[in-house]
Amino acid sequence: MNTILEKEFLSPQVFRMKVEAPEIAKKRKAGQFIILRVNESGERIPLTIADADPAAGWIELVVQAVGATTKALSEKKAGDSIIDMAGPLGRPTHIEKHGTVVMVGGGIGIAPAHPIAQAMKAAGNTVISILGGRSKELVIMEDKMRAASDEVIITTDDGSYGTKGLVTDAIQKLIDGGRKIDMVIAIGPPVMMKFVSLLTKKYNIPTQVSLNTIMIDGTGMCGGCRVTVGNESKFVCVDGPEFDGHLVNFDEMIQRLGMYRDLEKESLDHACKIGLDR
Amino acid sequence: MENTKLTNKERLAIPPQKMPEQEPSERIHNVNEVPLGFTEEMAVAEAERCLQCKNAPCVKGCPVEVNIPVFIQFIAERKFREAVDAIKVTNVLPAVCGRVCPQEEQCQKPCTVGKSLKSVDRAVQIGKLERFVADWEMAQNTAVTPEIKTETGKKIAIIGCGPAGITVAADCRREGHTVTIFEALHKPGGVLAYGIPEFRLPKKIVGREVDNLVRMGVELRANMVIGKIYTIDELMENGYDAVFVGTGAGLPVFLNIPGENLNGVYSANEYLTRANLMQAYSFPNTATPIARSKNVAVFGGGNVAMDAARTALRLGAKNVYLVYRRSRDEMPARKEEIHHAEEEGVQMNYLQNPVRFIGDDKGWVSGVECLLMELGEPDDSGRRRPVPVKGSEFVIPVDTCIVAIGNASNPLIPHTSPDIKVTRWGNIIADEETLKTSKKGVFAGGDIVLGAATVILAMGQGRRAARAINEYLATGQW
Repeated sequence: MNTILEKEFLSPQVFRMKVEAPEIAKKRKAGQFIILRVNESGERIPLTIADADPAAGWIELVVQAVGATTKALSEKKAGDSIIDMAGPLGRPTHIEKHGTVVMVGGGIGIAPAHPIAQAMKAAGNTVISILGGRSKELVIMEDKMRAASDEVIITTDDGSYGTKGLVTDAIQKLIDGGRKIDMVIAIGPPVMMKFVSLLTKKYNIPTQVSLNTIMIDGTGMCGGCRVTVGNESKFVCVDGPEFDGHLVNFDEMIQRLGMYRDLEKESLDHACKIGLDR
Repeated sequence: MENTKLTNKERLAIPPQKMPEQEPSERIHNVNEVPLGFTEEMAVAEAERCLQCKNAPCVKGCPVEVNIPVFIQFIAERKFREAVDAIKVTNVLPAVCGRVCPQEEQCQKPCTVGKSLKSVDRAVQIGKLERFVADWEMAQNTAVTPEIKTETGKKIAIIGCGPAGITVAADCRREGHTVTIFEALHKPGGVLAYGIPEFRLPKKIVGREVDNLVRMGVELRANMVIGKIYTIDELMENGYDAVFVGTGAGLPVFLNIPGENLNGVYSANEYLTRANLMQAYSFPNTATPIARSKNVAVFGGGNVAMDAARTALRLGAKNVYLVYRRSRDEMPARKEEIHHAEEEGVQMNYLQNPVRFIGDDKGWVSGVECLLMELGEPDDSGRRRPVPVKGSEFVIPVDTCIVAIGNASNPLIPHTSPDIKVTRWGNIIADEETLKTSKKGVFAGGDIVLGAATVILAMGQGRRAARAINEYLATGQW
């Protein structure tokens, strides 16, 4: 059982939660994730750790309520508890001095990008952060990202904030402007990571992506999270979650993410009928 | 006593008792257990078949050396309490072992009754008797918490709450040590919880056995992935005097053929975990989904393949094909499981081997191309090697595939404790008798050492490891 200490909506669908997890808070490094179950009949879902305070003993999660489980989580309040939480899982991000690092965060992908930006900056990199969202309200954590970056560029699909356009437009502009980029780290919707990787491949810029696939155990036991990287099948839970974006088969990954689309809808409809906390 | 009057000839004349089962047509629509258990009368009659051999060949066939003639004699005398206590001296999980042990390969194989009647199928049904007394005890609700010796203050960390870890926990706790089990999943039991289906091992049995451990004072910590939250070195720095690694063989082996990442292609681990641990059979009342399949192909010929195939039937599949590259005789699954699968309508495709998965335009598997095989010369395992028949390709139309060709060892512990030596397949190297690893204070047993084996072999290693741990903690000698 992990107690929720704070909860706040950042936009109508996006919320952040501080959860009591002293052992995980001590151990986690940037890039790692946890797996949680909301209640007794709940499924196990992976969520990236956005922040942690080892002294205070909490970790922070930033979640978009889209499916039955994330919606059930969104109904929890400070003082409620989460029945199961395991972590930190996955390999931490490899932090080193590359030179100029571009951090691309799309939507709630900005949350896990934040500790990586902090660590990259601490390692002596110049950090340019590109924050993208469909609209203004989906661009989250701007202040925190500004504090962790040397420069912040904001893009929205609808132009309601920052520059109208996609994160790839902003990367292209940096390249066209003659900025030397040594490393791109992209975290966000799979389609965004796919197009970031396609673009940077053209310019041979090393690119890391952080994948969030369907998982159950998170220890390598089930293989449900497998993706093709290069010509090999890799498990996101133990081999990842970060991979060389130029080698990931995103189309296959996106297809696998949709495996339960119909059933997820059914699950959500059912949960709405009987109460999300089934 | 009446039964002592029976002559051996009379005993041999008693027919093997048939355990009642759910009808196949009925049971494929539920997840309840298939064999329903002996009545007292059946159990006593079965016990009277035992000749009480002085040399007890059955005991030598048992990996944990249960005193079989003694407990069977107690059943014959209707002393069920004494019978179950006699088993528990060496076996902490009789209700589990009575159900899932391959008795026909172990205790029942050398049984004199079976030999006299010229068929292992007619041996005394030791496993079914074991199950009977274990269930009897549960029904009485009189499980006795074993006596715990004076607290020693020594601490043992057990990694993995499967059959090996549970055995070590019980045996070390009885010695008075402080025992903590770290389990990666949210529920204890290991393969007993996530792998073996409800219809073969009801989960309440596993739950009760774990409750017994907790009653004995064993601390159970779920959601703890050792190797991630703590390394073994950190556990030892935190005051654990000995560590037992029983993390199992949790890394699914795939076929490595084209199309394996199509939607609808599962490892047996994933399929069974969804169905059992996550109770996807109750979806959407539970939140974890599983494919709604019509035509399913399962690859492999072991118990896990049978479990997956029979689970698919219960989840509503119309056709379930079990594709195995050799013939029925070479199948590693227990005969009883093959028989149950056949009864339930699993279609056995022997001497076939998949070569590629075919997908539809939505990325879902729609067929699997197979080759016919024929048996050639025996290979290293002594089984005849399957050889592909050239030009025999054909396609089985399917919407779900389950790969059940085995498990490799999970790398989480070896990766984070490089001073624990492993084989080139990643299995931890442990001394056969003491289960000591190359790292001082660390023992290992079960599938992480054996490769994918059985519950009872894991428990056998757990027993020996516990003995060695207790000795190590008493003497300090490595």
